Amino acid sequence: MNIEDLIDDFSFLDNWEDKYKYLIELGNQLPHFVDSQKIEQWKISGCQSQVWIIPHFSSSLLSFQGDSDAIIVRGIIAVVLEIFNDKSAQEILDIDVEEIFDRMGLREHITPNRRSGMLAMVDKIKFYARQSLGEKNEYSRVSGQEDL
Amino acid sequence: MFDAHIVRKDFPILNRLIEGKKNIYMDTAASAQKPYVLLKRLEKAYLEEYANVHRGSYWLSEIATENYEKARHVAAKFINSESPDSIIFTRSATEGINLVAATYGLANLHEGDEILLSRAEHHANLVTWQQTALKTGAKIVYFDLDDCGNFVWDNFISTLSSRTKIVAVTAMSNVLGTIFPVERICKEAHNIGAKVLIDACQFAVHKKIDVQKFDCDFLAFSGHKVYGPTGIGVLYGKYDLLKELPPYQYGGDMIEHVSYEKTTFALPPARFEAGTPAIVQAIGLSASLEYIMQFDFDDIEKYEAELIDYTTKHLLDIQGLKILGTAKEKGGVFSFAIDGIHPQDLAFILAKEGVAIRTGHFCAQPLVNILGYSSLARASLGIYTTKEDIDDFIVALQKAKNFFTNEM
Repeated sequence: MNIEDLIDDFSFLDNWEDKYKYLIELGNQLPHFVDSQKIEQWKISGCQSQVWIIPHFSSSLLSFQGDSDAIIVRGIIAVVLEIFNDKSAQEILDIDVEEIFDRMGLREHITPNRRSGMLAMVDKIKFYARQSLGEKNEYSRVSGQEDL
Repeated sequence: MFDAHIVRKDFPILNRLIEGKKNIYMDTAASAQKPYVLLKRLEKAYLEEYANVHRGSYWLSEIATENYEKARHVAAKFINSESPDSIIFTRSATEGINLVAATYGLANLHEGDEILLSRAEHHANLVTWQQTALKTGAKIVYFDLDDCGNFVWDNFISTLSSRTKIVAVTAMSNVLGTIFPVERICKEAHNIGAKVLIDACQFAVHKKIDVQKFDCDFLAFSGHKVYGPTGIGVLYGKYDLLKELPPYQYGGDMIEHVSYEKTTFALPPARFEAGTPAIVQAIGLSASLEYIMQFDFDDIEKYEAELIDYTTKHLLDIQGLKILGTAKEKGGVFSFAIDGIHPQDLAFILAKEGVAIRTGHFCAQPLVNILGYSSLARASLGIYTTKEDIDDFIVALQKAKNFFTNEM
């Protein structure tokens, strides 16, 4: 499945329940991480659930694996991975993920807090992309979201 | 008689729709909604009575100063302080606790001394003391609650020692809801010569504060949780103690006399209010406190006790739901987990039903972790929460549960 198909699928579903169900279905297809993968090094801060993203740098393309302990978030990870996997670093940096979520009709269904969690994943992916381009002194914009 | 249905009408935001549904606001423990009288007061302060305080000898400055100092009296009345001079306006409860740590703490803590905290402190009253311990060489000692979240007197007593210099505890846990016996804690701590700081952020929303009855040395609460504005908090300190403390920050309004060579400082509370204070926020806070004080706290407590029973009963009707914190003495917060459903997933669905709950670690990460979770869901009550709100919340919760049970 490519990203355009995914956008079509989501925009076809016209209520949030169906969109969430589809997200969960996509998330269910993601393999679960084993404990040795659920480590601090791969953890994304700024999410309300636990999220891990592992980058793989092979030849000229990057790919990622991801997991979370929340199932709707696993669905969001599945979409994010679909968007970014097997792309070059430059392609990754050029992607406007908010625009894609907008076209899917998902943006309005993901509250700002959740969106910042999603953006934290995207920031980390872009951080790895920059790293692979050898840019120095870059830092992740991941913000530590506090629960009061 | 106290009627939450009437109270609810005083809070305009509760009448707006969320996602086309009734607004069921169950996150008052994080921040409370605002009564209309507060908004009117803020408007009046800015439209008709605004200038800087303690400065000009012109009408606007005089009326602003008068209102600001009146707010101090109202805050003093709210907690039954012996004097308004014991009331310091801060930015937040967090700043109040930091102020005590940075002044009293740094001046009085030494290597070998102990700071006694409960295991249920939120970050404001935990991280602050952790850092103060690092700076002074003092050691932090924690006392445990029992598995239901009950305060256990023996646990407290056995950790209190002649080395204890400060006891810093919440009056009500923001996770478990446990009410702490602050009066007994103060008495026992004073017997061995320790000072007591009470974090009353949650307590202030649900119970009557009486600093003279508690006999606490310091007490902090935030404005936004007691239906007041953000950016304002109150720190109470016994005046004799405040008088001995060095300034926290330096600047205007906290001085007595300044020359190029040296400065002498004003008496408290001015000594601890450097710079232009949060004038309108303090005035707004006084409007919110007066709003709450029109009710009898006994009536509020009685109503809330009924609502707590009602909520507990209906939550436990949901299969697989566990409430964390079932202390005999508890206020209106319910942390819970449902078997097999992540709190964040739950919150996704509840949000769509117009229900606002909190998920995560509620700024009390160590406590949530020792309870065996990385994240919990929390619903909390305010004076505007009705039985119908609870019914709608429970229906939404059941719907969310079914949603995931069918999906997994």
